[in-house]
Amino acid sequence: MNSAFFLVLRRMRAPIIVLIVIYAISVIGLTLVPGVDADGKPTPPMSFFHAFYFISYTATTIGFGEIPVAFSDAQRLWVMVCIYLTVVGWSYSVVTLIALLQDKGFQNTLTTNRFARRVRQTKEDFYLICGCGETGGLIARSFDHVGQAFVVLEKDEMRVEELDLLDFKTDTPALAADARLPDNLKLAGLNHPKCRGVLAMTNDDQSNLAIAIAVRLLNPKIPVIARAELAATAANMASFGTDHIINPFERFADSLALAIAAPERFRLIELLTSLPETALPEPHRPPRGHWILCGYGRFGHAIASRLRNNGIALTIIDSSARDSDHDITGDGTEASTLRQAGIEKADGIVAGSNNDINNLSIAVTAAELKPDLFVVARQNQAANAALFDAYAADFTVLPSRIIAQECIALLTAPLLARFLERLPHLDEAACHQLAERLSEACGGRTPVVWDNRLNAAEAPAAWQALMHDQPIRVGDLLIDGTERSRRLPVVPLMIERGDACRLLPDDDEALQAGDQLLFASPLSAQRNLELTLRNANELEYVLHGHEKSGSLLGKLLAAH
Amino acid sequence: MNLEKVIFGFFILLAATLNFGFFIGDIGNPELHSVYELAAALVVSLIATALKFGDRTQIGAIHLSTSLVADLQLIAAAITWGVAVHVTGVGMTPHVTSSVVSLSGGALFANIVSVVILIVETVMLRR
Repeated sequence: MNSAFFLVLRRMRAPIIVLIVIYAISVIGLTLVPGVDADGKPTPPMSFFHAFYFISYTATTIGFGEIPVAFSDAQRLWVMVCIYLTVVGWSYSVVTLIALLQDKGFQNTLTTNRFARRVRQTKEDFYLICGCGETGGLIARSFDHVGQAFVVLEKDEMRVEELDLLDFKTDTPALAADARLPDNLKLAGLNHPKCRGVLAMTNDDQSNLAIAIAVRLLNPKIPVIARAELAATAANMASFGTDHIINPFERFADSLALAIAAPERFRLIELLTSLPETALPEPHRPPRGHWILCGYGRFGHAIASRLRNNGIALTIIDSSARDSDHDITGDGTEASTLRQAGIEKADGIVAGSNNDINNLSIAVTAAELKPDLFVVARQNQAANAALFDAYAADFTVLPSRIIAQECIALLTAPLLARFLERLPHLDEAACHQLAERLSEACGGRTPVVWDNRLNAAEAPAAWQALMHDQPIRVGDLLIDGTERSRRLPVVPLMIERGDACRLLPDDDEALQAGDQLLFASPLSAQRNLELTLRNANELEYVLHGHEKSGSLLGKLLAAH
Repeated sequence: MNLEKVIFGFFILLAATLNFGFFIGDIGNPELHSVYELAAALVVSLIATALKFGDRTQIGAIHLSTSLVADLQLIAAAITWGVAVHVTGVGMTPHVTSSVVSLSGGALFANIVSVVILIVETVMLRR
């Protein structure tokens, strides 16, 4: 039985006993007081039956009057006492019950119970998002967009209430609870057979660490994706086998270095890993040459090491003089410091402190001193988006977005990671061509990247056809299932067959059962192609143009 | 000494003794079974039930169930009495009296189990 019920019983104990006692006193009193008949002669007192009947309707203030016969004055005297007694008794019970319903602890119990029940009854695969701040919120919205179920654990009650107001398509169970506690993780479905992974996305490294280790111990089979901003935390997480550790600063530093070294490949990766079906990211072309880095914290360190590895001359400005390897002490918000750092000769500047206002100030000052400077601005809070949009830096770093993008890319298409690993094989021209193809196919939005294995579970129709030695080529599948003359705007990125991978397969490439395919397409085309792969009739139409009925009768009729 | 325990023990024992008081005597003779005693046994049994609400332990659950059984038996006895005296008007014949008393006998058994559990619980207590 659930705990809310026990809580009600426990709290209602006193009022119930008071009611029983009051009823007992009233009823027994009535059975002792003599009555009177129509002629004014005394009659024996009421029996228990009539006394209980009378008290029942009097106590509940229904008041049928004096039944079965008019009362004697002695009875009326006692009934007066009974009326006041029972009213007090009922009021006490009702007030206690209302107080209980408004009790914070009781409501928490109710919400927790409801949450646990909804998680238990989940029928589809879901992810558990721990921490639904800026990062978690972005992930939740993307999951919702692609129709992936998820469960949210978030410490802040206000955030959970805000989550209710976001109009998610799916009905998402969310609970305001501390995800560091293993019991809460279990409540949120950590051991649920449909739980496909846990995302530790709180803004506190220690919490993420606690979540990661709890998942490793309580359900080692499912993957954990954890956010870590300190190298020590990341190393700690790696030591017990956390599946993916995302450090937003390192990721961004990698991207910036790649954008300088190979802009076209960077552009392609950006397209493939950005949040699905959002506006295309601006192309970035950061220059080589001399850069100024303001702020030498965790972000600054990551940027400095990557840029220096790429052979870029770097001048570092930082307000503290703790590190020996930075050059100028100051904030970088004043023109004098920037001049001292050699802004006239510089090609780019990174405003990378952990203070948004300082970063904007650095960026604005630097751009005034040298208008053609390439400005990279670090945005710490998503709430300041309006300011950063208004300023429009050449490259804005938003850690929460970086983490969310990586999570979505990792989770929606595990094959994508392997595709990205092989990307260095493509030269800049091929990357440029593919990026163009992608943005054309998706009509100016970012693509959804998804994978499909040609097996009985994920693509039963195609699998069956292949098992019956029916040849299918990649190009055959990419036909619109609603109108055969149209081609779906789908870009096949890779075929994985056993250990072998084939990047960017041609339309003539023959498929085999068990192949794993990676596609990039708009969401609608994904739905269309998935239906083709699943439904034998659709596949038949797409491959041969026959409108076939799947029923036995239809087949018989067609045979004659 | 814990006042809560005193009240708890008091009501459980009182429910059993009142029930016994009503039950004792020739089963078919209405003279020996006062309806006031039945009412008192029912009221005290209801209070004992309310006292047992909200205990999540195993023993608490058995306590509650024995009390619920006793309540059910006593309410059935009270209804039998009410129907015989006021609805059908046959009055307290030996047949009616014996069925009321035997119903209260069932309640007595449940109450005795309740008392036994109380004693066992006390004996098991180490503090």
